[in-house]
Amino acid sequence: MFKQTLAITAMNLKAIPQRLGTSSVIVIGIAGVVAVLVSVLAMATGFHKTVASSGRPDRAIVLRGGSQAEINSSISRDNALTILDAPGVRKDASGKPLGCAELVTIVNLPKISDGNESNVTLRGSCGQLLALRPNLKIIAGRMFQPAVREMIVGDGATRQFKGLSVGGHLSFRDSDWNVVGIFSSDGDAHESELIADADTVQSAFRRTGFQSVTTLLDAASSFDAFKDALTTNPTLTVDVKREPEYYAAQSQRLTAMLNFVAYFVGGIMAVGAMFGALNTMYSAVSARAREIATLRAIGFGAGPVVFSVFTESLLLALMGSAIGALLAWLFFNGNAVSTLGANFSQIVFRLTVTPGLIIAGVCLGLFIGLLGGLFPAIRSARLPVVDALRAS
Amino acid sequence: MNDIVSLSQVAKRYTRGKESVEVLHSLDLKIAQGDFVALMGPSGSGKTTLLNLIGGLDRPSDGDVTVAGERIDRLSGAALARWRARHVGFIFQFYNLMPMLSAQANVELPLLLTSLSAAQRRQNAQTALKIVGLDDRARHKPNELSGGQQQRVAIARALVADPTLLVCDEPTGDLDRKTADEVLGLLQTLNREHGKTIVMVTHDPKAAEYARRQLHMDKGTLVPGNTP
Repeated sequence: MFKQTLAITAMNLKAIPQRLGTSSVIVIGIAGVVAVLVSVLAMATGFHKTVASSGRPDRAIVLRGGSQAEINSSISRDNALTILDAPGVRKDASGKPLGCAELVTIVNLPKISDGNESNVTLRGSCGQLLALRPNLKIIAGRMFQPAVREMIVGDGATRQFKGLSVGGHLSFRDSDWNVVGIFSSDGDAHESELIADADTVQSAFRRTGFQSVTTLLDAASSFDAFKDALTTNPTLTVDVKREPEYYAAQSQRLTAMLNFVAYFVGGIMAVGAMFGALNTMYSAVSARAREIATLRAIGFGAGPVVFSVFTESLLLALMGSAIGALLAWLFFNGNAVSTLGANFSQIVFRLTVTPGLIIAGVCLGLFIGLLGGLFPAIRSARLPVVDALRAS
Repeated sequence: MNDIVSLSQVAKRYTRGKESVEVLHSLDLKIAQGDFVALMGPSGSGKTTLLNLIGGLDRPSDGDVTVAGERIDRLSGAALARWRARHVGFIFQFYNLMPMLSAQANVELPLLLTSLSAAQRRQNAQTALKIVGLDDRARHKPNELSGGQQQRVAIARALVADPTLLVCDEPTGDLDRKTADEVLGLLQTLNREHGKTIVMVTHDPKAAEYARRQLHMDKGTLVPGNTP
């Protein structure tokens, strides 16, 4: 049976050059489906990875009770001090708590791609910033100084927005700012931000309070004690979350939407590709009716003929899947794009084509090939041998 | 001589819609081992249907078909396919070679159904091609061969597994006179020198002269008294 299947399949494959046009329908159709599916899922994966990598388990973020994101939170200066003094917060060598009360505001900057202005987060932070977020590294220029209108800008933001080079000047409302440094933070969400001294941002934007307090804890296990201390404090009404949980929640909605788009659009395309595959394989069986009948007459069984049609369909589908996945990887993997994040500002992230996504794409391609080959394979087995032998 | 083909009260009906058409009526036939029979008759007389029943490509509606000692009308589809592989070599009017395979690979096809090794298959195919005089064309594909050469490759393919019976359906129908005579001469040699039993359907009286025996069919029955 195996020998027969192998022989017939080899014959079918050798005949593909004679049916290049129809065979390419399967390959191109499935390549398109896989390319779209993988690239949209790469977007979801990249976004989720960017946002999720922004947190670490021994860091906590405190927002006003009931706030979903920093943009709709508010924390007074007094409350911020109380939070930073809570048990479980790590202290530096001088005994100062490692944490920052931060505020975020939205500023507009022109995009490099089309010149249109988009929202960018300007974060007011504190002098403990680099100790609080050790992954944040100044890669050009220097750190901002307090009490002057200086800012450092994320490396991701520099690739998306104009004017974000060291020495550049930015004007927001009635304040002018100097870009003094560029930072990277391993591609996390902060890399899309501009960061300056919190008091200076408050002064420039006529704000008084903060919106979040982020603290580095003694250890990840200190979180419960820290949280209990804050949530049982009658002077505070706050939500306390581990950073990974907070950022996972931030990415959930967009990731779910992108997954939906990937599977919905990919699904519609898959149905189209499946009919293309059906048509191609029906044509292949029809074109080879006499050859199939001859093999059956010689003594080849129906099983090997069916398997050979299936195998051909699957091999063409595999070829299409591989091309689609390769195209997605070549054209999209690592591409930086931006979208609106939870703070209504742009988050820059890189499309990430993972091995898992490639496997998922190839599996879908093979599934299409399987369905596309099923009915033609059944037809090949039911071919009336006597009639097909005399077909011209 | 032993009968290699024995048909008893064989009828064949086809159903088209609600209508049933009987193309063979209560037919009896015996063919001895080593015989070379030409089945002749007008179009629609049932000769190809009869050939298909003998070759195990079709089943009778009624009656018994015994070929090479087996009641093939009782075999399942898969068993019938195995039986064909073991006992029947087919030669078709349009050669029915695989266009993407070389002459050698085409001839080796029936041997894929045997337990022979690749080397044995290659050797047997070369021997079969030598018998038909095409051992120097083994690597050529069908479209690189003339019609007569393609039919010789088809004959080599039919022979290679040493079948009990050769079944030929208009084997010279697509060939010119000279080439047809060469192919028929080859079949005659296979019958006379190698003892192959051959059943051949033909319209051509000259082709039929190469056979030992001619059977004439008309309207689904064998015409009596016309079998020398």
